Amino acid sequence: MTRMLKGLMLATTVLVPAALAGVANAADTALTIESWRNDDLSIWQEKLIPAFEAKNPGIKVTFAPMAPTEYNSAVNAKLEAGTAGDLITCRPFDLSLAMFEKGQLAALNDLDGIKNFSDTAKSAWSTDDGKTTFCVPMASVIHGFIYNKKAFEELKVAVPKTEDEFFALLEKIKTDGNYIPLAMGTKDQWEAATMGYYNIGPNDWKGEEGRKALIAGTQKLTDADWIEPYKTLAKWKPYLGDGFEAQTYPDSQNLFTLGRAAIYPAGSWEIAPFKAQADFEMGAFPPPVKKAGDTCYISDHNDIGIGLNAKGKNPEAAKKFLAWVASPEFATLYANSLPGFFSLNSTAVKMEDPLAQEFVSWRQNCKPTIRPSAAIVGRGKPNLDLEMWRVSANVINGTQTPEQAAEETQKGLESWYKPAK
Amino acid sequence: MSDIDTADPAIAPIKRPTRWHIAVFLAPAVLVYTAIMILPLIETLRLSLYNLVDGQTVFVGLSNFATLFSDPRLSASFWNALGNNLIFFVIHMLVQNPVGIALAAMLSVPKLRFATFYRTAIFVPTLLSFVIVGFIWKLILSPIWGIAPSLMDLVGLKWAFAPWLGKPDSALITVSLISVWQYVGIPMMLIYAALLNIPEEVLEAAECDGITGWSQFWKIKLPLILPSIGIISILTFVGNFNAFDLIYTVQGALAGPDGSTDILGTLLYRTFFGFQNQMGDRSMGATIATVMFLIILAGVSLYLFVIQRRMRRYQF
Repeated sequence: MTRMLKGLMLATTVLVPAALAGVANAADTALTIESWRNDDLSIWQEKLIPAFEAKNPGIKVTFAPMAPTEYNSAVNAKLEAGTAGDLITCRPFDLSLAMFEKGQLAALNDLDGIKNFSDTAKSAWSTDDGKTTFCVPMASVIHGFIYNKKAFEELKVAVPKTEDEFFALLEKIKTDGNYIPLAMGTKDQWEAATMGYYNIGPNDWKGEEGRKALIAGTQKLTDADWIEPYKTLAKWKPYLGDGFEAQTYPDSQNLFTLGRAAIYPAGSWEIAPFKAQADFEMGAFPPPVKKAGDTCYISDHNDIGIGLNAKGKNPEAAKKFLAWVASPEFATLYANSLPGFFSLNSTAVKMEDPLAQEFVSWRQNCKPTIRPSAAIVGRGKPNLDLEMWRVSANVINGTQTPEQAAEETQKGLESWYKPAK
Repeated sequence: MSDIDTADPAIAPIKRPTRWHIAVFLAPAVLVYTAIMILPLIETLRLSLYNLVDGQTVFVGLSNFATLFSDPRLSASFWNALGNNLIFFVIHMLVQNPVGIALAAMLSVPKLRFATFYRTAIFVPTLLSFVIVGFIWKLILSPIWGIAPSLMDLVGLKWAFAPWLGKPDSALITVSLISVWQYVGIPMMLIYAALLNIPEEVLEAAECDGITGWSQFWKIKLPLILPSIGIISILTFVGNFNAFDLIYTVQGALAGPDGSTDILGTLLYRTFFGFQNQMGDRSMGATIATVMFLIILAGVSLYLFVIQRRMRRYQF
């Protein structure tokens, strides 16, 4: 049954838009973009695609998103069956690399405009030796905390710089009682890791330094630097809303945008939806450091790219589209239609959104890093990212100690990963 | 006797025309059922014996099963899912079926007013989509927007409210009870029909012998509806071990918190289709599906060959 259902769902999501596009003008070359960004559907349809089509008559582009958690397996099934669109949105690092190694994504080294990206930007979609790039980098997301400015003014509190200040602030909001200090739940699990562990952790494991040491095998997930963020997360528990164990991701978003919570542990992708929902001013601050004067680290994660289906039917038209995605014009358009998705293009992009500017300004003082489970150590089974979701949620729920959580992830990692000696 | 019959030329068997219409009438059902049920089933069983080795699908015998039961992580999640599934089933057997029988017994009391209304009202959730049921209950029980906390507050029970769906100890029981709520109409209807089928004479005879009220239910009605209870039990068993939909809508594919609501169906889904950054593994998924199939087959066979044969049936 599930099989049938899947088939039907694929048929309705893919074939119908494709068929409609076909009806519009039979002579046009039709391109389909496979994506997991269903939140962005209207922006693609109303802003990005018309801008491209205006310049490239004769090419019709369809944006065909699906549910994020199902994207990887669904797009893989389509690629294997030869029914995938010409353009494939790329998850960063190991997932797309696996697709490239299977010959499903084409190499893009000679694409016009690929030179517009730095090696760091390309690292998420390049082979381990850095020689071949197979997706055009589109955007990165930055983690931090978004806060309700009105709440902060009412309580006469300032943005915290250190962890002690952060907890003092949470305590103050809690004593005041008007606002839930932190809007986060553990039911969906991924928030606990993505907005929790990956958000505050880089300050403890010193960003890239710790991440690379983990890959090299000189550090373990059971080292103090990797346990410390779990300990901090465990301290968040009293400041989350009542019944946070059953609070889902949309619940958290709504709690914050309805003005019932003061601080939202966030990723910058929230900016656009929050702007649309909330009727109060919002500000943002980076994850607080341990002691005043410590170097700050932020998670600046290459999140989304776009690649070429190696067996696609219209490679020429698809390459035209990719070259456009690599252009500064697209970078400006994308970053401003979707504030919070920061362009990876080397050309500086002018962003109008103040909240997005705030996030991006941290790059000047803080050292950026990516999510530790994304590259190289995220390739095996059990999947480290999913493991971290689970244990982070457990730690906040109090059903596991930080040490147990670290132990479990390290055991899972060791079961398949042998660092290069 | 038979040889005499055939020897008699007067009543020699009439040569009947081939009865094509039987094949014609069966064909649509057989074809559709074969295409969407039997072939996929066979294909799944076959796939469980194959695996990808260096990008090639090769026959590996039972090694997928060996991996499933020996790999510490896989086997841990499998046993966890099987254990949860058993609890899920036991809760249905202990709550859904007795409550269903009790409701049917109450509905069949002749003096009950509004019986049709109750019957319909209790049966309606069964007709609702699991997506609606899952979503409604998630909202009712939500600690933030739900009406459960405020309703309990009205009767002074606020202290007893907890985010049940988010706690590892209570999540599985909560989800099971939601499922019981949804499907309690089915045992009720089947038993109700069985109770109505008991002839008046039997009950009158019982009354003449002085058996009335509760003892009439225990001594006369219950033995007569036992075959229906057997059918309900086996339907519950098959339904529970195939369950997936409600858990998926209420708790998501991860079946959290910490895998505490993970049953075989959700484990199969995650393994076969993959989830987020974890890629799907067709062969291992098929292996789990095969094990599920064998569990259900074993349960159904046990019922058919052992229990049903010993069950007494009464003819009126």
